[in-house]
Amino acid sequence: MSLRPIHKQLGTSLVAGIAVLSLAACTSNASDSDSDSESSGGTSQAEEGSNDEAGDTVVIGFSAPAADHGWMGSITESTRQAAEAYDDIDLRVAEGTNEVSLQIAQVETFINDGVDAIVLLPFDGAAMTPVALKAMEAGIPVVNVDREFDDPNAARVTVLGDNYGMGVSAGAYICEQAGGNEDAVVAEIAGIDSLPLTQDRSQGFEDALKECGLDVDNRVAADFTVEGGEKAASNLLQAAPQIDYLWNHDDDQGVGVLAAIESAGRDEFIMIGGAGSANAMRAIQEDNSVLKATVIYPSTQGADGVKLARLLVQGKSMSDLVEIEVPRTVQLYAPVVTSENVDQFIDTAFES
Amino acid sequence: MSKDTHVDVPHNTVGATGESGRVEAEGARAGESSGGAMAVLRTSAGRNLGLVVALVVICVVGTVTAGERFADVDNVLTILKLASVIGVVSIGMTFVITGGGIDLSVGAIVALSSVWCTTLATQTMAEDTHWIVMVLAALAVGAGCGLVNGVLIAYGNIVSFIATLAMLASARGLAELMSDRKTQIVRIESFKDFFGAEVLGIPVLVIIFAVVAAAGWVLLNRTTFGRRTLAVGGNPEAARLAGINVKQHTVMLYVLVGVCCGIAAIMLISRTTTGSSTHGNLYELDAIAAVVIGGTLLSGGRGTIVGTVFGVLIFTTLGNVFTLNNQDTSTQAVAKGLIIVVAVLLQQRLASRSNTA
Repeated sequence: MSLRPIHKQLGTSLVAGIAVLSLAACTSNASDSDSDSESSGGTSQAEEGSNDEAGDTVVIGFSAPAADHGWMGSITESTRQAAEAYDDIDLRVAEGTNEVSLQIAQVETFINDGVDAIVLLPFDGAAMTPVALKAMEAGIPVVNVDREFDDPNAARVTVLGDNYGMGVSAGAYICEQAGGNEDAVVAEIAGIDSLPLTQDRSQGFEDALKECGLDVDNRVAADFTVEGGEKAASNLLQAAPQIDYLWNHDDDQGVGVLAAIESAGRDEFIMIGGAGSANAMRAIQEDNSVLKATVIYPSTQGADGVKLARLLVQGKSMSDLVEIEVPRTVQLYAPVVTSENVDQFIDTAFES
Repeated sequence: MSKDTHVDVPHNTVGATGESGRVEAEGARAGESSGGAMAVLRTSAGRNLGLVVALVVICVVGTVTAGERFADVDNVLTILKLASVIGVVSIGMTFVITGGGIDLSVGAIVALSSVWCTTLATQTMAEDTHWIVMVLAALAVGAGCGLVNGVLIAYGNIVSFIATLAMLASARGLAELMSDRKTQIVRIESFKDFFGAEVLGIPVLVIIFAVVAAAGWVLLNRTTFGRRTLAVGGNPEAARLAGINVKQHTVMLYVLVGVCCGIAAIMLISRTTTGSSTHGNLYELDAIAAVVIGGTLLSGGRGTIVGTVFGVLIFTTLGNVFTLNNQDTSTQAVAKGLIIVVAVLLQQRLASRSNTA
């Protein structure tokens, strides 16, 4: 989120076909209760013949950017938890870094150590492509998470969030709430405008709103920080004296947005969040602010990456699919969380 | 401390000629001494003409394009509230720059103060006693960081640019360690109520800014401390010969800006209801920009609080007008750059005219 680079055109990696799956819900099974009780998780309880049954030990190298915001912290945390749930996973976590050269060195170390698979959330997808290719050539399958490489051959599996889909989900939710009222005033508080992920989110939002004859009346950009959100929202609320729906791209900056809304004494609109922090979900659960929903960008992608890497190395398939091999691309869904379904999601939400 | 000992500003001609015994008193009277026809330009209104023009132009554009939404009382208060936090930092920065130094660590100090005074421990203590504990914590952290900066610069002989660059890195790093990069939410309602309140329709934050600006003006223009600041910034060697304890004064300047950062942290916590290591991002650049377009000399020796206040208001109003017109932040950044250049060019022309007079 708060960082650079990222999603190039999906186009190239579409070649092998896309499986659009909602894995967010699946991973919740392997969360707290398993690791806390140290029951050695899935393996001991696994049914015979199921994918969770212990197999040969798989050594997985994991590298991600520095945990400089809640979402990224949760990526590494949930990845560790997913690995701990399996006796047959030996997870080696490299220190999170925003330095490309250091991250390249980390992957090179994994290659030299001869790990069985590498799960990689690059700081900069393009910059990490050559070393990922090197790993693939050395016969080590690479699972690319969240920020895509610019060569599809650099990864065996790519796990992606759906920024465009976040915008679509938020827009569709507003359309549903507006119920055909084409005069509704819609406002948008974006993240860092120069990032492709922000542009994708805004495009999806605009496209979905168009479906029901709405458009974005006021738009400001913030910077994913609480302070930035507060500033942007203060000005926006002056720009738009009457708002019906407000989508804020990111729940981290949302804390500031809510502070500005409260200080301005405004409550005539419905606010929708983004990313899905625990803070936001608690507010939705309590239902005492303008925040009524949030759109998830799963912070459990790394965990999914590790699970898929294990299947790959052990030669297993995704058991709910007919396919014998693990799919090439898994794109996660961006569900809308409201007071009705918040209980399902709050356990996997990240603390901002 | 600045190594820059040459002085080319009329205010400091006395100090530069080396009549050291009189440097302090003369420094204060320098404005009047070259007097005469240029007296008008030397009043703050005259000197700040370029800024007044810029601010008026922005306001006119705002009123024309956004009409009532811009001229609305609520909107003006919003602008003032947004300006208050960076404004308080900029007042402190004015002193440091006037004194011939620079402080790149202001944003990081704001972040560290905001985190330190919203930790669970501090908040629990505040809950048991009074929210003033949080305020004192923020001020102490700010002053402490400033003290470290000042001592390193004055007694360690590290260039201010480098010493505060080091503080920039380490203070924000420490803030991240303390907060574990999490956003710390303030639970103390009485704290939020006090700073979120309004007195006679004016937000408390704006009043704090006004008080800090007024105090800064008096301190710089009407006290020995202020005159010494000008002397130290204009020509440290002459100031030393004049009997000013330059090292000690330098330390005090950095403590002063540190305290301003502590105040700003409190205000920011009140605005966002959180403490966070991401607070105060790039404040150093915003503050330096506001101070410099205000007319304070980056090389030291001349400073203006009124100019700084105008500088802050110009940038904040600009942002507001752009948002009211639904313009993106990129266009805004371009406009901001243009304003810096135009304002400084205007200042220079006015300054050179008054020099030749």
